[in-house]
Amino acid sequence: MSTRLATGGRLTDRSDRLEFTFNGKRLTGFAGDTLASALLANDQMLVGRSFKYHRPRGVVASGAEEPNALVNLGTGDRVEPNQRATTTELFHGLSATSQNHWPSLEHDIGALNGLVAPVLTAGFYYKMFIHPRPFWKHIYEPFIRQSAGLGRAPDPEARDPDTYEHVHAHVDVLVLGGGVAGLQAAHAAGAAGAQVLLLEQSPHLGGRAPVDGGTIDGQDPEAWVEATVAALKAMDNVDIRTRTMGAGIYDHGYVLGYERLNDHAPWLAGPRHRLWRIRAGQVVTATGAIERPLSFAGNDVPGVMLASAMRDYLVNYGVAAGDRTVVVTNNDDAYRTAIILKQAGLDVPAILDAREYGGGALAAEARALGIRVEQGRAIAKVQGGKRVTGVAICAQAGAGGLLEEIPCDAVAMSGGWSPVVHLWSHCGGKLLWDDAQAMFRPDPDRAPTGADGAPMLRVAGAANGFLRLGDTLRDAEAQGREAAAALGFTPGAGAAPAAEATEEAPLAPVWLMPQGARDDLRKKAWLDYQNDVKVSDVQLAAQEGFESVEHTKRYTTLGMATDQGKLSNINGLATLSRALGEEIPQVGTTTFRPPYTPISMGAIAGEAKGKLFQPIRKTPLHDWHEAHGAHWEPVGQWRRPYAYPQPGESVHDAVMREVTATRTGLGLLDASTLGKILVKGPDAGRFMDMMYTNMMSTLKPGRCRYGLMCSENGFLIDDGVVARIDDQTFLCHTTTGGADRIHAHMEEWLQTEWWDWQVYTANLTEQYAQIAVVGPKARAVLDKLGGMDLSAEALPFMGWAEGTLGGLPARVFRISFSGELSFEVAVPAHRGRALWERLHEAGAEFGATPYGTEALHIMRAEKGFIMIGDETDGTVIPQDLGLHWAISKKKDDYLGKRAQARSHMTDPDRWQLVGLETLEGGVLPDGAYAVAPGRNANGQRNTQGRVTSSYHSPTLGRGIAMGLVHKGPERMGEEIAFAMEDGETMMRARIVSPVFFDPDGEKQNV
Amino acid sequence: MSDALLPLGGAAFEGIVTIRETGPQGMIQLRGDLSDPGLAAAVEQASGAAMPAPLGAHVTGPRGLLWMSPDELMVLVPYADAARTVAELGRALGDRHALVADVSDARAHFTVEGAHLRDVLAKLTPADMRREALAPGTLRRTRLAQVAAGLWLRDPLTAQVFCFRSVAGYMFDLLSAAASEGSEVFHHRA
Repeated sequence: MSTRLATGGRLTDRSDRLEFTFNGKRLTGFAGDTLASALLANDQMLVGRSFKYHRPRGVVASGAEEPNALVNLGTGDRVEPNQRATTTELFHGLSATSQNHWPSLEHDIGALNGLVAPVLTAGFYYKMFIHPRPFWKHIYEPFIRQSAGLGRAPDPEARDPDTYEHVHAHVDVLVLGGGVAGLQAAHAAGAAGAQVLLLEQSPHLGGRAPVDGGTIDGQDPEAWVEATVAALKAMDNVDIRTRTMGAGIYDHGYVLGYERLNDHAPWLAGPRHRLWRIRAGQVVTATGAIERPLSFAGNDVPGVMLASAMRDYLVNYGVAAGDRTVVVTNNDDAYRTAIILKQAGLDVPAILDAREYGGGALAAEARALGIRVEQGRAIAKVQGGKRVTGVAICAQAGAGGLLEEIPCDAVAMSGGWSPVVHLWSHCGGKLLWDDAQAMFRPDPDRAPTGADGAPMLRVAGAANGFLRLGDTLRDAEAQGREAAAALGFTPGAGAAPAAEATEEAPLAPVWLMPQGARDDLRKKAWLDYQNDVKVSDVQLAAQEGFESVEHTKRYTTLGMATDQGKLSNINGLATLSRALGEEIPQVGTTTFRPPYTPISMGAIAGEAKGKLFQPIRKTPLHDWHEAHGAHWEPVGQWRRPYAYPQPGESVHDAVMREVTATRTGLGLLDASTLGKILVKGPDAGRFMDMMYTNMMSTLKPGRCRYGLMCSENGFLIDDGVVARIDDQTFLCHTTTGGADRIHAHMEEWLQTEWWDWQVYTANLTEQYAQIAVVGPKARAVLDKLGGMDLSAEALPFMGWAEGTLGGLPARVFRISFSGELSFEVAVPAHRGRALWERLHEAGAEFGATPYGTEALHIMRAEKGFIMIGDETDGTVIPQDLGLHWAISKKKDDYLGKRAQARSHMTDPDRWQLVGLETLEGGVLPDGAYAVAPGRNANGQRNTQGRVTSSYHSPTLGRGIAMGLVHKGPERMGEEIAFAMEDGETMMRARIVSPVFFDPDGEKQNV
Repeated sequence: MSDALLPLGGAAFEGIVTIRETGPQGMIQLRGDLSDPGLAAAVEQASGAAMPAPLGAHVTGPRGLLWMSPDELMVLVPYADAARTVAELGRALGDRHALVADVSDARAHFTVEGAHLRDVLAKLTPADMRREALAPGTLRRTRLAQVAAGLWLRDPLTAQVFCFRSVAGYMFDLLSAAASEGSEVFHHRA
């Protein structure tokens, strides 16, 4: 059984007892524990069920590589699935539940899958569930979804109450990893004068060194780490962040870091996670190495653990994974575990060394402690179900013939070490196969490069293949110095500290144990614990013709789980290469992609949630609208009032009321969102003639003209009223959504094509509040405000004037988008609210009514005025809309002219704008198609037109619409049928002029 | 001018830094040939500040010059003087090709004050907020989260941030969130 020892645990504080629950069971641990160490201290060996076969699984590792110990963490709005117990720091009140079992962890019906395991091999789903087709959706998929999978997604109604943020940092040298190599590299770069940022994913600096022993500069590694950290903290140019993982490395030295600020202490104020967005001159990854499991039958039974992890639990947390531990290895490092266990008073019945030649000095030390060491021996099979009860021993060279059974309750395994090359590979760094150490390590000649073509990334220490303490530190010092030197800093005279470590005998690669394992053993030898992939699955894939490691990965799902195969990749591809009869480097690796371990969605979103999800643009009158019950419509990032329903009034009724009030008295519209672009310069007239289809250069100062803008492809992109301010200056009004886009469009032409024209533009949209004063009483209310002569003689239709209106500096444009007598008044934005309130006050006697965008749309549709985005959709040219009058025939050129002359644009079969009047008074659905006889080549019904705008007109008391119809203008009076949503029901409409109301403009010309 | 309303009415927030909406601020957009000595003399006369080099912000109180782009300056004057200054600049520039527009109402201004200001701004902008990259007198046009913004340091402990008026509320909420209690980063040195 696993248990807490009476003493020990360099990271735990035994005076600080913490309570937590696992599957509702109340347990205790100590401050400094991880959830995994606390579970083991409570003899909770079984922590979850496997993905496919629901096999019992226990903790196998002690860090980010853990594949098994995944839990649901938290409750309610804070529940998070698939959290690694090995990297979850224990806190008082932590609540965790295990995953993927039913009805309980101890008794799982899904484990029956294990009985049918022989058929659930690689590719089973592909082979089995292909026929009959409908069965997939209705039978197979629901069943598989229920049975497979790991954690449970949070409730869809859950809302994460925590906050998250980003931070950007610019540094000279970024060091990822705070083990001894990272600390030494940071010291070397910092001493050279570079600004250094060091990120360490765990809460502790120093990495494995304090557990693994040796001496550095004559000191215990822990003492050296303490002194080095103190020295780094004293350096003004070095910043060290713990609980911050280097998550991904991207082009040009862009790196993401993932800081977990209060996962270990959820009661703290402030953001939960912080995403670091770092621009680094040079990156040094010192990410260490991960121990590999050995592939023997039953290597997934709870109690089988990586040898290094077992050492970690003992030294760091004072927790023993078992009383009697058999150690199995192909290298010397695992002897350290045996020695430490023995020294802690625990029983080590045997060390099974797969190497015929056995180990070096550490083996001698183990023997001296009285531990039985067997060379050339292997585990044939682990005995036990929910926990280890013993091991069957065989010769590594054989097929698994039983030599002996040893009772034990834990197994420590070591298959060698794999450098953590993930970050190196994220941005294209290539790998070398190191045959002597049986590992992939970074190829320094094929490093990720920066914008200058020089390497931007270096790897230091164990991550670079230097597993011995002295080599690690020497490499780290060199890499830190080189990183600083690459940025122009001059490293000083410092040298790497001298380290002593025990000499070790060479490792022997062991990819299967025993090397000729029988079929039944290979089917129980796990490669990928999290996705339940066995040695036999990879062999089957090879047998079925999957030669590429990428294909095998997808076919078997090896390495595709949330741990991304940190333990399984190398063993898996070694198994594949053996099955294919090729060398490991020829088979290659799969691609490593960021993030290194999963990061929270909250960290990615940062502050962008709730009211900060997206910016909402507000006009100077926004608060007034809100206070007066506006029903909002999003228009780009703006919010505009759609209508102002009064208490008890429906939105539709409000719109009808607003139209009628405007047509009969006085309506007021917030038009501030319309774009206002100033165009100025000696060449402004020439420029305007190119931008607009109309002739603008002839416009007289003081006058306005409606204009159309097209893209170079001829399509209509914007419209609006242009006012000529003076000889060299035009003010262009654009649509609300067009302001930024059209300004950019103008600048693009000026900067790239007509750079020698003397024209400047300025986007003044936000400088002004603009209010449309509309209706028969419009002039009366403005006269009441006083200060400007706005009579028909002084300011005729399509004129503008500047003056002081009601004490406010104002520009008044006499333009109309409603067909009514109408003025648009622009005042400085800070004073928009004052003008708006004065207009309401003075207009009260005329029934002044604020109206929203829907009333605006209805009134313009009653007049047959087009709307960009309704009548246009990027495929419509002005000629389609009957706007020939706005296209100058006199000009040599304008943007779109050439395109509009092409044959398809002049095709008489193009659909043309008409008005549509429903026969029974109904309202046509927006976008409805008019059907034509017959079907097209695809079997779809032929069409002859479509609705572009459709409303109920309160002025006319019936449905009105505009639409594009084949040869529409030639078919006045003809009735055509529009299909409703069901495609069957028809609504009939008559083709009429799009101008439904006051065709002679009598109402606006007063 | 009593009816001139700031977008947020002078909102303020106290967190790990202090955020305050300031203004109204007279702002004049000027586009022209910045290498023209006559233009330089005109803007120096109008603002009382020396012509800034690229990325420069020469500001004293409500007056100053901001370098906005290779052919654009922002002339800062007291709000009440803006219209008059536009007219004066127009006269001083004579028939030079230039665009002068009063944009005093188009933008909102905020001060961000306190020792953590670089860290707070670094949460929102990808621009380099280190001392050597953003000394007092340097102007940055950048983005803060999802909106365009400009900023400069009035002194080592006070940043001035400006953005378009319509997103003043977003900007204030954004800066306040970045300044929330317990969110100190302790990365940038003041």
